[in-house]
Parts: sequence; C-alpha cells; structure tokens
Amino acid sequence: MTNMRSPEFGTIANLSQSFLKDISLKIFRRMCLVRYFELGVIDAVKRGFISSPVYFSSGQEAIPAALSIVIPDYMIFPQHRCHGIYLAFGGNPEKLRDELLGLSSGTSGGRAGSNCIQCHENNITMFGHHGLIGENVPLGVGAALGSGKPVVCLFGDGAAEEDYVFAAMGFAATHKLPVLFVCEDNNLSILTPVKVRRTWSITNVAKSFGMPALDITDDPWTIIYRTQELTKDLPALLNCFTCRAYWHAGVGMDGPPEWDRFNLVKEELKKLGLAKEISEIEIEIQESMEELWDIRQLQILLGK
Amino acid sequence: MGHKTVADTIREITRNHLVRNNGLLLGQAITAAGWVNHTVPNCQGIVELPMTDIAGAGIAVGAALVGRRPIFVIRFQDFLILNGSPLIFFAAKTKELHGKSAPVFVRAIGAESLGPAHSGILHSIFMHFPGFRVCSPMTPGEYEEVWRNFMENDDPMIVSEHRRSFKNEHEFVNSDIPADITLMPISAARFNIDEAIQQLNSEGIKCNVSHIMWLKPFKKEHLLGALANSRAGLVIDAGFEICGAAQSIAYELMLTTGKKVKSLGLEDRSVGVSIESRNPTPSAERIALAAKRLYAEVEN
Repeated sequence: MTNMRSPEFGTIANLSQSFLKDISLKIFRRMCLVRYFELGVIDAVKRGFISSPVYFSSGQEAIPAALSIVIPDYMIFPQHRCHGIYLAFGGNPEKLRDELLGLSSGTSGGRAGSNCIQCHENNITMFGHHGLIGENVPLGVGAALGSGKPVVCLFGDGAAEEDYVFAAMGFAATHKLPVLFVCEDNNLSILTPVKVRRTWSITNVAKSFGMPALDITDDPWTIIYRTQELTKDLPALLNCFTCRAYWHAGVGMDGPPEWDRFNLVKEELKKLGLAKEISEIEIEIQESMEELWDIRQLQILLGK
Repeated sequence: MGHKTVADTIREITRNHLVRNNGLLLGQAITAAGWVNHTVPNCQGIVELPMTDIAGAGIAVGAALVGRRPIFVIRFQDFLILNGSPLIFFAAKTKELHGKSAPVFVRAIGAESLGPAHSGILHSIFMHFPGFRVCSPMTPGEYEEVWRNFMENDDPMIVSEHRRSFKNEHEFVNSDIPADITLMPISAARFNIDEAIQQLNSEGIKCNVSHIMWLKPFKKEHLLGALANSRAGLVIDAGFEICGAAQSIAYELMLTTGKKVKSLGLEDRSVGVSIESRNPTPSAERIALAAKRLYAEVEN
C-alpha cells in the first residue's frame, strides 16, 4: 500500500488529451471553486467570524470535481469532509458560507455546521452526515435499497476501518445495489497514517465481497475514466489516494502535503495548451470568492 | 369468533403496510425461526439482514430517508445497544438539523429471564434523546394506536414491545377511584398489577391504576387524574430503575402534583439465567411490598 501512494499511481499516460477541453476546464473550475472558497473560510476563521470546527477539502478537490462530472445524478452520502462535494456538485457557495457562519440562510439553517452539509436543490440530493465516521455508508446503502436509485457513498481511509462499513458493503454486494463506494484515502486518521493502523486494503476487502474495486491516485481524468467503468457493474469501490492540505479539523497545517493535485492539474492543463483559459477561470473564481468572503459583508451578516 | 391478540395485530398491520403501502420490513433471522413469534407475515417487502448490528439499523434509516417507512425488527432489545447508533445519531436528529425526516418504526422486542444478552428493556435510553417517539404498547388496541401515530407523523419511533404481550387479547382499563396509592405500570409490569392490587386490597390498602403506554411525548393527563384521587403514586417499569423511565416519570409527576411518587424497576444487578439471578420485571409481590412501604410513609 505504501508503494501505491503517489501522484502517478494508476494513471494512464496522456489520458487528459482524450478529454474534451470543456470537460477539462470544468474540472479545473470546480477545483478552483473549492480551493478559493476554502481560502475564504480560513481567513474568516482567523478573523473570528467562524468559531465552530471546520473540515477542509483542500488538497482533495479533484475527487469531487471529477465525480460531479461523471455521476452528477447520483444521490450523495458524504462524510465530514464535504465542502468540496457540495460545491463541485453545484451547491450554492453563499448558502455554504452562511451555514459555516451559523446563519439561518445556511444549508441547514446554520444548525449543522461544516461536517454536516446537505443539499436538496439544483437537482442535487446530498444528505448531511452527523453520525460516526462511515455511518453514512449504511445509510447510503439503505437509500439505494429503498429507492433503487444510484448512490455514491464517500468516506475516508479511517472510516473504511469501521465495522459497519464492511457490513454495508457486503449487504450491497449481496443485493446488487447501485452503490459506488469512494474512499478518499488521504492516509491519515487525524495524524495516524494507514500503515500504523492496518496492513490490509479496503480495495481487497471490496473484492472479497465480489465487487469490482480499484486503487488509483486522485488524478481527475483517471477518476472519471475509471468511474465510468466501475459504474457499469455496481456496487463497486474506488479507493483514491489523495492528500489533505490542512489538519483533520481546523486551519492548521503540518507541513506541505505529499503532493498538491490542484497544482498538478494546472500543469497538465498548461501542457494541453489551456494556460490562458485556466488563468481566466482562476482569476474569476478568486475574485468571486473574495467578494463572497468580504469582511464588511461578514460583519453585516453577523451584526458585528 | 376469537379475539385478536397483540401478535395478530402486529402481523396484520405489517402485512397491510408491506403489501399496500410499498413498505419494507428489515431485521435479522425474520423468516426462518418462527417469523418473530408469528408477528411477521409471509409476504413481499421483507429484507433479511445479515448479522449486522449497527449497519442494519443504518440501512433501515437510509430506507426511511427515501420514503419507505421501514419497520425495523430488533428481536431482543439488548441489541439496541449497537443498533442504536444510526437511530440516535441520524434518524433522531435529521429532522431538526436538516428538515429531512427519517421515519423508521423500530420494533424493539423485550423479554425477561433469558439471560444477560436477551433480557433488557432499554426504552429509557431513547427517551433521553431528542427526536424520538417512544412507546410501550401491550394490547391490540394500543398497538393500532401506535401504528396510526407513526403513519400520521414523521418521527422515528421506538416501540418497546414485550413478548409477554404477544398472546394478550385484552385492553387494560384505567381507574381513578378514590384510593391510597396510584399504581402506574409500564411494559410487562402491567401484567403483574392486578395480582398486586389483590394483595394490597387484602391488607386494606386501596389502589387505583393508570397504565402508561406513551413515554415520549409523555402523556400524563390520565395519570394526573388518578393521582388526584390518591395519596401517593408508584411508577413500575420492566427496565432498570436507576436513571430509568420509572424514576424519570415519578420525578415529573411529583413535581407536577406535589405528591410523593416513587419508582420501581429492575434491581441494580446484571440479569443471569439461574433462578436467583434472573432479576425479572417487578413481580406482584415486589410491587405490593413497595406500595405498602409507600403507604406507610404517607400514613406517617
């Protein structure tokens, strides 16, 4: 497993060249949205506008960005690191901001907070998570059972170790339910790496249940390509190696991540001859997020 | 024509729900071992769960989220310790936090004298958490009322059943006649009350009785009516007494009425299988003894 953790693992050479430019730019736009939205969150936390715990998706943006393109209609059962999923799938950034600020105009009226984001508008069906890690997985399986509709359950490498995640996966396999299990493997449970916690892989566990399963890195083109394959034969599991940029919760950092997929995607897009386009997208998103997180506006919203 | 038992009632309600309402029933070992004391019909919509406590409850809650109003069968209430997590963390909270309901009907079946892992009555735990409806129906009429309530609302419901009730055909009758002590039993304790009252009557202690079925929201009007006509009250539960439903209800009634209201439940010791270690639902003798002591206190 240790050897598989790299920014190249499972990638297919020149795969990005086979994608339409529009799709590649859409990937980047969605990653930008997450990245710059969260820079605004960090500033707001440091200035005291947000006092409740925050769980950042920064560093892991490529996974939701890619999934939102390839499985936009799936019911979504995320875990606590869910800003990226909400934004990539089309959630309203203003409502997310308001939720983090504890305002009644937030995604759950300000009651649920950073790790429990839900969305039931804009053709999105995303259920907020407020159980133990991985408890969203049985819920998603139950939703697939009850509705017959496809579901994506996202969870981390820590949650992958929870008893009830296995049991839910096994149930999905037995009943051939339309569930895509996506493990965002950032290698850390708080600060304890996978190799200290276990010697087995969730991918092999999934395979032992008889479902297709794959390890790849968080290259978005690879995620899209592989997800298209896996969703032909659900249930299935995708274990994506990725890196979180900040602490498990909060704005601190423990040093640079092993890789920054955001910058790697930018480099790849430049190789595709899209330097001008990505620069324009990045400036546009940056400005819009700065406007969203403008201090004076926050002061007015919070009555400060 | 025979009377309908509680088991018959549950079976009928379940069949209607599964066949006509596109409902679901989920649980472990449902079909192969007596269809849960003949309370589950042989029909569509039954999902046999693997031995997955925690995940099983989560799957039921997920089905509730998408509108299937599942019946989730827990064959022994002790299993609620593990299965409780998705119910408590998700089903009970989602309406208040997100405006999304997860109405799951949890059939938590209690028993007694079946040893350390099959004898628990745990409805007290779920009364503690916001978001649940909690009840303990022991008669056919009560069970029908509970089901109607579930279908008319969108809250998860913990139905603290008891195997002793399954063959019961009769409805309990409350009385608020002038008395010395009001007895207020919950769950299987209700089946020991008549004998306790006979014992107390023979010793000159008059009792009226007010049965408790709804634990949360707690319906107390009939209890207050009976207490108004007596000198003190005793709440009796089939679960443990410390921090239990009986203690909580007794406290609330005492605050409301200003009268002395005490509680009686299982003793504070683990339930075993030997006769002396069984720690069963308070018997008629224990209830009568507690009532006599209470009577002596108010006499003095």
